[in-house]
Amino acid sequence: MSKIRYERPVIKKLETGMPNKFGTRTEYEPMTHIDGLSVKSLIKEYGSPLFVISEKTIRNTIKKARKAFETRYPKVQFAWSYKTNYLNAICTIFHQEGSWAEVVSGFEYDKALGLGVDGKKIIFNGPEKSEEDLTKAIQHDSLIHIDHLDELYTITELAEKLKSRPRVAIRVNMDTGVYPMWDRFGFNYENGQAWDAINKIMHSGKMELVGLHCHIGTFMLSPFAYGIAATKLAELALSVEHKFNHEIKYIDLGGGFASKNTLKGSYLPGSDTNPSFDDFAEAISTALLNSNFKQDKLPLLILETGRALIDEAGYLLGSVISNKRSSTGRRNTILDIGVNILFTSFWYDHKITPAQSFTQYTEDTCVYGPLCMNIDVIRESTNLPLLNRGDQVVIHSVGAYNMTQWMQFIALRPHVVLIDTEEKPHVIRLRETLDNMNSMEQLPAHLSKLNK
Amino acid sequence: MKLRKNVAISEAGLLFNPVTGESFSVNPIGVEIITLIREEKTADQINHDILEKYSTDKATFEKDYHDFIGILYHHNLIERYEETKA
Repeated sequence: MSKIRYERPVIKKLETGMPNKFGTRTEYEPMTHIDGLSVKSLIKEYGSPLFVISEKTIRNTIKKARKAFETRYPKVQFAWSYKTNYLNAICTIFHQEGSWAEVVSGFEYDKALGLGVDGKKIIFNGPEKSEEDLTKAIQHDSLIHIDHLDELYTITELAEKLKSRPRVAIRVNMDTGVYPMWDRFGFNYENGQAWDAINKIMHSGKMELVGLHCHIGTFMLSPFAYGIAATKLAELALSVEHKFNHEIKYIDLGGGFASKNTLKGSYLPGSDTNPSFDDFAEAISTALLNSNFKQDKLPLLILETGRALIDEAGYLLGSVISNKRSSTGRRNTILDIGVNILFTSFWYDHKITPAQSFTQYTEDTCVYGPLCMNIDVIRESTNLPLLNRGDQVVIHSVGAYNMTQWMQFIALRPHVVLIDTEEKPHVIRLRETLDNMNSMEQLPAHLSKLNK
Repeated sequence: MKLRKNVAISEAGLLFNPVTGESFSVNPIGVEIITLIREEKTADQINHDILEKYSTDKATFEKDYHDFIGILYHHNLIERYEETKA
């Protein structure tokens, strides 16, 4: 006689408080497959933990975003935000879908060039661009977004030295009614810094002012703030045209669109409440179309959306190491996924789904990572089915920032696998090895032996 | 180890403690264990019965069993040793 599937015994006190007006937990389907491949087979083949990225989801998401904007505004260009995820395979997918590159360092700039991106289609943002970086960007005719006056003067000198006329934009910061206001990057709109910088560029005659750029924040939950930003940049562009008879070719509204993740402290899940691409597109395109641009002089709208385009395409697969009780009787579950590879767990309540079937019984659980470090907490409190040691889980929406901000801390970073549109897996970044790490270190001669 | 006298448990897994007025939800294997405790089976006997019936190993069940008993104590559903003696 075959035995019954084991589930650990559990007893849960029934609380008789006010009912939750949104109802109790009604779902959780196990997530056994990603794009047709079983989670179990992926872990068996590539180990646990494991990052998995769905190419199908990336392509569908960028198509959806483009459709939202292109149906509302005639000239739209997306530029892939390298810092969000700069694995070569991921960048290439976005470039194949028509995105330019948006980089914020010499390292990212070289990565884009190395992938074959045309220098004219690279937007160079950020406060730190060395003379070497700027020289390269000028020589490749890239779009340089100036962050501060020191950079402006450096570019002026380089333009003379290189006998070139760099194409530049300025980054503008502004009050869009959201808190906190990001004013550390670029030139302020309200106090006139931005207008001063524009005048310096225009009067120098050394550069071609082709665009205006802003990036008002991150994980923005209000599309209206983008409408305000678009209106202010449009006014600035029209002032340039009025004073210098010079056409601003593009308005770049940066990134910051929220993905469907749930921010810590939110009452409702982000998948139900966060704005869609259509919401952002409506606010931005309405503001630009309602501005005083002539119909044939509408500027190109550039968007540097990162997070909202890649988050949902990324999954992190892992396994249960152990179940414990805290001193207060709370259930603690330890996974082999730590904050070293899931950096975003510091600000999101990531959805965790078991990869195998389970019953309706659940426990309030604190989910820890494997690091010998107190802050290694993946979820402080979540209602999870009864997981056993060795059970596998899928953490959702991890595509943005985790594969760039991850840390080689205590443990080595795992494989990253891409599932292509024909449901075939490809390792796009190898698991690190001790040799990888040691290859960057050098031992001075007097420390080459353990004994003096 | 004894289950408190008036504790009532249904087959569906609803447990009621009339002394405190508290109700609990218990999963099927938990109901079986509580029933075996009520029948005054020893830990070894409970261990044997569960391992006969469920696909698990001794170490896993022992760990989960002790954890479960700890929670029954925590909710004051089991008489403490001193109380049993008295």
